[in-house]
Amino acid sequence: MKEFRHLEAVSTLMLDEDKCIGCSLCTEVCPHHVLEMHQNKARIVDFNGCMECGACVNNCPSGALAVNPGVG
Amino acid sequence: MSTNKNSPLKKTHLSTSGVTLMPAMEKVKDNCCDPVSIHEKPGYSLCPYVDGFITTDTGPVPRIKTKLSIHDRISTLIVRCGINRNQYRVAPGLYGVGQPDKTSEVLVTANFKLTFDHLRKELAPLNAWILVLDTRGINVWCAAGKGTFATRELVNQIQRADLDKIVDHKRVIVPQLGATGVSARAVKKESCFRVVYGPVRAKDIPKFLEKDRKATASMRTVTFSFVERIVLTPVELQIVLKPALITALILFILSGLGPGFFSFSGAWSRGVTALAFLLTGMVSGAVITPALLPYIPGREFALKGIIAGSLTGLAMLGVASSAIPSFSAGLALFLFCLTISSFLAMNFTGTTPFTSPSGVEKEMKRHIPIQLITLVLASGLWLYSAF
Repeated sequence: MKEFRHLEAVSTLMLDEDKCIGCSLCTEVCPHHVLEMHQNKARIVDFNGCMECGACVNNCPSGALAVNPGVG
Repeated sequence: MSTNKNSPLKKTHLSTSGVTLMPAMEKVKDNCCDPVSIHEKPGYSLCPYVDGFITTDTGPVPRIKTKLSIHDRISTLIVRCGINRNQYRVAPGLYGVGQPDKTSEVLVTANFKLTFDHLRKELAPLNAWILVLDTRGINVWCAAGKGTFATRELVNQIQRADLDKIVDHKRVIVPQLGATGVSARAVKKESCFRVVYGPVRAKDIPKFLEKDRKATASMRTVTFSFVERIVLTPVELQIVLKPALITALILFILSGLGPGFFSFSGAWSRGVTALAFLLTGMVSGAVITPALLPYIPGREFALKGIIAGSLTGLAMLGVASSAIPSFSAGLALFLFCLTISSFLAMNFTGTTPFTSPSGVEKEMKRHIPIQLITLVLASGLWLYSAF
């Protein structure tokens, strides 16, 4: 959602590209297109668009993604 | 009626001069073959959104209407105002639309009636099964965040509905926003059903199915348009109604304090003025800021609230200038208005689909102290202005 932006550099999203197996499910479930596939690996293309909803983490089969937003 | 020669009841008609004496008998006869009434049970009534039952290997499954009634629409408006919002739910379990069979898709949803209505009104052209999860009457995304629209509940409902006897395929379509609570891999492991993530919005479902369950980028993207924002504002106001009433009471007490310790006439006249600024701050933070969200400068909602509250506060000072005796009184009311606006605007972060918990925490840590300081300052100035 490019027209709506909250604070920058606050998300706790982390991606371990070495663990990524390239299933692309994270790019499918992310509601803000934070992730994109690049040469069969996911990569973060819009870090500040992340709202820490956890959809990608929950569906990553290899544990390559993590997010830790605390109590919320 | 007495001319109806085919009626099996005609022998029982005691007809004189064409007047039928026992019309009720025919009515009874009509009802006994009604596909809906054969499912009647003592003590139960049929939900108004059910228009029949689909026969399956596991028993009858309620078929739901895809057209909302006037009653549904009125209930939607009432719930949108925050009334009865937490008790607006449908029974979890399996339903159907159209004439679904063993090849039909299974659409998963939440048991908030607003969500259920929103889904079924988009399904008119389809034959499909609908599996409603027990989310305690909460919508899909919020329930997914809170862990009720989740892997375990989905697996539980798949098993309860004997879904493997309802459909031949092993596939359920879960709304994309449900992914926050559902792990496709865990569902597959525990139920043998594969999760396919559908579009964000129910209205895209027919197109999504047409395209062999492929969603376009826009189907996968959350939006937050003016209309989407404005429909949320009545609830924003409703949830602060109680604290607002308490604040109003405190305002009247504070307004009565003066040189003669306490004056009821002062409490009334100054209290009404203060109340006007409380209401202005509430509308500014809970309605105007959400409505104009992308046009108000600043990233922080609390800051947007300060800006909107300052402008509406200034406007209110102009309107009520005759009731404001001094500069300190005016400044007190202005600060009070922008503080209320800032707090309620910050509160709106919890309603938007793009703020992260980490971002909201950072914003609150910075702005709650500011709000407390301006509130104390405003109260002090208001008291001072009475002397």
